[in-house]
Amino acid sequence: MTPPASDTRKGGRRPGRIRTGVPFALLLPALLGLAFLLLPLVALLIRAPWHSLPEQLTSPEVWQALRLSLVCATSATALSLVIGVPLAWLLARTDFPGRGLVRALVTLPLVLPPVVGGVALLLALGRNGVVGQWLDAWFGITLPFTTTGVVLAETFVAMPFLVISVEGTLRAADPRYEEAATTLGASRFTAFRRVTLPLIAPGIAAGAVLAWARALGEFGATITFAGNFPGRTQTMPLAVYLALQSDPEAAIALSLVLLAVSIAVLAGLRDRWMTTS
Amino acid sequence: MSAPDGIPPDTAEGLDAHLVVDRDAFRLDITLSAAPGDVVALLGPNGAGKTTALRALAGLVPLTGGHLRLDGDALERTPPEARPVGVVFQDYLLFPHLSALDNVAFGPRCHGASKAEARAQAAGWLERMGLAEHAVAKPRRLSGGQAQRVALARALATRPRLLLLDEPLAALDARTRLEVRAQLRRHLAEFEAVAVLVTHDPLDAMVLADRLVVIEHGTVVQEGTPSDIARHPRTDYIAQLVGLNLYRGRADGHTVHLVAGPPLTTTEILSGPAFVAFPPSAVTLHRDRPTGSSARNLWRCEVAGLETHGDQIRADLTGELPLAADLTTIAAAELDLRPGAPVWATVKAAQTHAYPA
Repeated sequence: MTPPASDTRKGGRRPGRIRTGVPFALLLPALLGLAFLLLPLVALLIRAPWHSLPEQLTSPEVWQALRLSLVCATSATALSLVIGVPLAWLLARTDFPGRGLVRALVTLPLVLPPVVGGVALLLALGRNGVVGQWLDAWFGITLPFTTTGVVLAETFVAMPFLVISVEGTLRAADPRYEEAATTLGASRFTAFRRVTLPLIAPGIAAGAVLAWARALGEFGATITFAGNFPGRTQTMPLAVYLALQSDPEAAIALSLVLLAVSIAVLAGLRDRWMTTS
Repeated sequence: MSAPDGIPPDTAEGLDAHLVVDRDAFRLDITLSAAPGDVVALLGPNGAGKTTALRALAGLVPLTGGHLRLDGDALERTPPEARPVGVVFQDYLLFPHLSALDNVAFGPRCHGASKAEARAQAAGWLERMGLAEHAVAKPRRLSGGQAQRVALARALATRPRLLLLDEPLAALDARTRLEVRAQLRRHLAEFEAVAVLVTHDPLDAMVLADRLVVIEHGTVVQEGTPSDIARHPRTDYIAQLVGLNLYRGRADGHTVHLVAGPPLTTTEILSGPAFVAFPPSAVTLHRDRPTGSSARNLWRCEVAGLETHGDQIRADLTGELPLAADLTTIAAAELDLRPGAPVWATVKAAQTHAYPA
């Protein structure tokens, strides 16, 4: 190990505490960056209408938007889990031609402007869309400008986060556990359900939280594909944007709620992401 | 499937396998057969293809050729989950989220037993392994020896007709190993079907198995009983494993002319290609050329290296005949042995052992 350095041990000082000196040319922009990220949040807290906050937050409109947001984000997360985890398994555990391309396409919504996603969804699932026209003609199902549409728009944007997170966990998990399960008579699906799924549960949970947070904040795809109808498709971010033009205090109050939710999410994930290794 | 015509009925029982696996630049091509109750050890250096052979038997690696029959049933196209094969993996691979009991119950459950039934069976297996009090423990709470027994119970709980063990003792420390080896030997002796174990440790192989199959570079180089292999090694790898000096040459009466080296005098009378083997302890070293020695085998050598070997010193010699010699620490000191020192080595003909190649 390290040779005993008696002088640094004196006074209970830990070895990592030796002053190494941070160059000024790095320190200044670093502090600037920190301030830039924190200042808006601080401003939000400073300008918050604390006296009228209880009143703002108990208004039926806020509750309606908040409830809709939570329901839609949770539904989008559930949908992402049902179709995203198998997709992640396919990407991580099987080898098929064009797998790299499929993987790239799956991650495309991560970098795609959400508005473009909304337009694309309209072209696919809109009343005259590629698939939407048949849904309308055969089943009488209309997706755009409905609550279901909100869920679909959020899923489109949020699912890649889940898929990437779960795929990474699957790649890190030892595939030999699945082999051990098959030698015990388990089909590949049983091995996945009874062995792999419990083993990667932490990764799935982290991916789900990430996807949920992304869905909760989704704006562009939602407003493009589902519109902005209070009670039906107007989620919190949409309500914030709308309120900012008529009632800034309400917008701040709504923003505070979303900030609180975000901090809660971060707190829930601190073991995973806030500890650097 | 019924056995093809021409195969006598007695070979239908047990394992009859010709495993061919081509992978990249590596080719495994071995033939294995065993009767129910047999314990066969696949012994070989790292990269020889032992584990590939085991995985092929389990169905985790597809065969590119050959066949695999177990009690007359062709299995080469059967997926792993449908093979009557149990595997004890090298690091056991106990499911970390399940208790010892549920690990063992996993197999019976997959074979259609109800949850209660599977757990009852699992409890029986744990009891038999002396692990009843650890039933609810998660694998990380088990010691190496306990985990090994849970893995064995888990593999046996599906009542396999072929049990495979991949380096079953490699993950254990020296002390535990001794104890677990004895237990494993008992459990394998009770097992009625075929057991195949893979190991690179000759002691494990000789203690646990009735028959050894030595694999090098994907092919079988020798097979036989442990004592036969220990007495008649046929490759340098095996000779080294069992601690013998081994030479290959052409015998003519009492003399074996080595392919590269001096002639060796033996007590056996042979002719044709032959091996000569003798233990390092049969070698006597001298500082000066011995005069009154009756030894016919006398070579001029040089010390290449020295290492302690138990309570002895093992000297690696080069020169007329490369060989290993064992001597006591006192003898080594008296001879003033050090790397580079010239020595004379003698071996009595009576202590060599020649056999046809």
